[in-house]
Amino acid sequence: MLDALWMIPIWPLLGFLANGFFGRRMPKRTVGMVACGSVGLSLLASLQAVWQLLGMPHDARRVEQVVASWIAAGDFRADWGLLLDPLSAVMILVVSGVSFLIHVYSIGYMQEDPDYPRFFTYLNLFTFSMLMLVLANNYLLLYVFWEAVGLCSYLLIGFWFEKKSAADAGKKAFIVNRVGDFGFGLGVMLLWTTLGTLQYEQVFASAPAQLPAGGAVVTGITLLLFVGATGKSAQLPLYVWLPDAMEGPTPVSALIHAATMVTAGVYMVARSAPLFELAPLSLTVVAWIGGLTAVFAATIALVQNDVKRIIAYSTISQLGYMFLGCGVGAYASAIFHLGTHAFFKALLFLGAGSVIHGLSGEQDIRKMGGLRKHMPITAWTFLIAALASAGIIPLAGFWSKDEILYGAIAGGHVAVWVLGAGGAFLTAFYMMRCYYAVFEGQSRVEEKAAHHLHESPPVMTVPLLILAFFSAVVGFAVGYPAEHGVYHRFVEPVFATAKGAAAHAAPVGDIPMAIISLAIAVAGILAALRFYHWRPETPARMVERYPEAYRVLLNKYYVDELYDALFVEPIRRGSFWLWQKFDDLVIDGSVNGVATVVRVGSAVLRRVQTGYVMNYVLSFIVGVVTILGYLAFWR
Amino acid sequence: MQVPLSAYLILSAFLFAVGVIGVATRRNALIIFMSIELMLNAVNLTFVAFSRFLNDMAGQIFVFFVMAVATAEVAVGLAIIIAIHRNRGTVDVAELNLLKW
Repeated sequence: MLDALWMIPIWPLLGFLANGFFGRRMPKRTVGMVACGSVGLSLLASLQAVWQLLGMPHDARRVEQVVASWIAAGDFRADWGLLLDPLSAVMILVVSGVSFLIHVYSIGYMQEDPDYPRFFTYLNLFTFSMLMLVLANNYLLLYVFWEAVGLCSYLLIGFWFEKKSAADAGKKAFIVNRVGDFGFGLGVMLLWTTLGTLQYEQVFASAPAQLPAGGAVVTGITLLLFVGATGKSAQLPLYVWLPDAMEGPTPVSALIHAATMVTAGVYMVARSAPLFELAPLSLTVVAWIGGLTAVFAATIALVQNDVKRIIAYSTISQLGYMFLGCGVGAYASAIFHLGTHAFFKALLFLGAGSVIHGLSGEQDIRKMGGLRKHMPITAWTFLIAALASAGIIPLAGFWSKDEILYGAIAGGHVAVWVLGAGGAFLTAFYMMRCYYAVFEGQSRVEEKAAHHLHESPPVMTVPLLILAFFSAVVGFAVGYPAEHGVYHRFVEPVFATAKGAAAHAAPVGDIPMAIISLAIAVAGILAALRFYHWRPETPARMVERYPEAYRVLLNKYYVDELYDALFVEPIRRGSFWLWQKFDDLVIDGSVNGVATVVRVGSAVLRRVQTGYVMNYVLSFIVGVVTILGYLAFWR
Repeated sequence: MQVPLSAYLILSAFLFAVGVIGVATRRNALIIFMSIELMLNAVNLTFVAFSRFLNDMAGQIFVFFVMAVATAEVAVGLAIIIAIHRNRGTVDVAELNLLKW
């Protein structure tokens, strides 16, 4: 496998082509099998490749392959090159694994949908693009597939495009991403102009020499790259597309907007760690934006009533944690959180999808409740995911989140730690709120939804169980103990340049910090239980006491309205004006004007054609006389 | 006594001018044709006169060519006039104005 890295991403590409061209003519079973099978093959290829990688010596785990040449202009080369090192190894396992489970789940979830083949076509295209993104060995190829996953996101969010809100959400996602990608593109261009190359190996080797540490250029490059990350990974201020993206089918939300695409920004920052290490200002920005986003999104999640939106804001918040980790130099921990988060967030979404499916489309948690009796597997797996998300030992989320928080305090970034800890409390609270409102307590389910209430079929519950297993076990199995566990020893060579990880002189030891993290999470859960189980009148009382605060949170701080007023409306009105004043009057006017000139001119000129032969003879004679006169008298 | 060259040339010019006026003024197509023939013959006279006075046969050879062309032109032209007369019943060029815009 290591000599044919292309075997990892190729299968979903073939699946995309097969289902894209022939999907509608094949029976549904075949379409599903082609799609799942192709990702399954990628998963097997990834496992085999990582297995072989592990067989290599610890510091030399790096395989680079050029599949085909693309650009070779003078000294500049950018090829279809693939790189397998511990970082991309972790990513391909997460991407292919979670993608495979979600493909299987979708066979059940999308069963009734008439556009079944199109769904799997897009899903395969996405998986191919994401695998290529993490395997790329140069920034240009990364950018190409960065855009490609954005395209797939647009296609899948607006999958039910006849619904206006879905089509609008797809547009919003693509346009907001484009703003981020513009910054990303500028960063890549700046990188090229200063270093002359975009290959990771060459960039990271020449950067310390050519770019003065802390200088304007490297800070500019890293900040621009981070702008791209804020767009793709939904951080402040470009996060607004992700809640709207919930218009897409739930498996899409699970795969793209939880486990994989949104993590591309984190991957990119981690991959560019050598560059970020040269720009401490950028790292501070990354950490602060991550921390602020984590808290900001968590506060919104506290009061949302749509189950998918709660989980969406939770995703934004957790991505904030990952950037927080990168910003304090704990890149390995951030990627670790990326992996564990992929499992429990995908599980949350798939569980929510299972509930929505069972309730025939209901998404409002005010109309749920007491569903554990009817959907036990969904309920228990959802609970595991919620607790993992909140950071309860021994589930996966505890290990990864605690590592990030420890990394913050170990590096001396106390303020950012406070943000992270506050966010952890809120996370535990809203996760417990979500679980309780959906699965416990009195049933508030409406009659028309209760009609078909049933546990989901095995094709949907088995992926839930598998993800629950990973959410429970993976943190402990590979992440403990922190410095010497399987995971950290594996990725350590990639982040060797990260100075932050070397700061071990923490004010507090790691065991006490872990206990503090756990205490915060438990406090959040107990607070939620008080609000919703022991004293259920508390939420209503809080709304009464702080109506303004509640309204602001419920309306997501009115950010969408702000952007509308600042950007969308002026652009719309500007475009309107351009249409009416410029396009209609000037452009159409000039084209029509040319036609008018021709028409009027010809009306005048055609009077020469009298049809009267004598006139023609006369002009003939006049002409001859003129020419003879010229020749005789002027020459 | 030798007739001077200028006499021939003046006569030629005069004939040519009469021909031009005829083409420009007359309405009957046949008369126009006759005027054209008059112009051609005036030119022939000029060529022959120069040939005599410059002792060069080229002038007279050229007259042959002009006559051949004139003959062919008359044949075609009269055929056209006959066709027009059959179609329109007239050879008055003032009435042949279908190509008016």
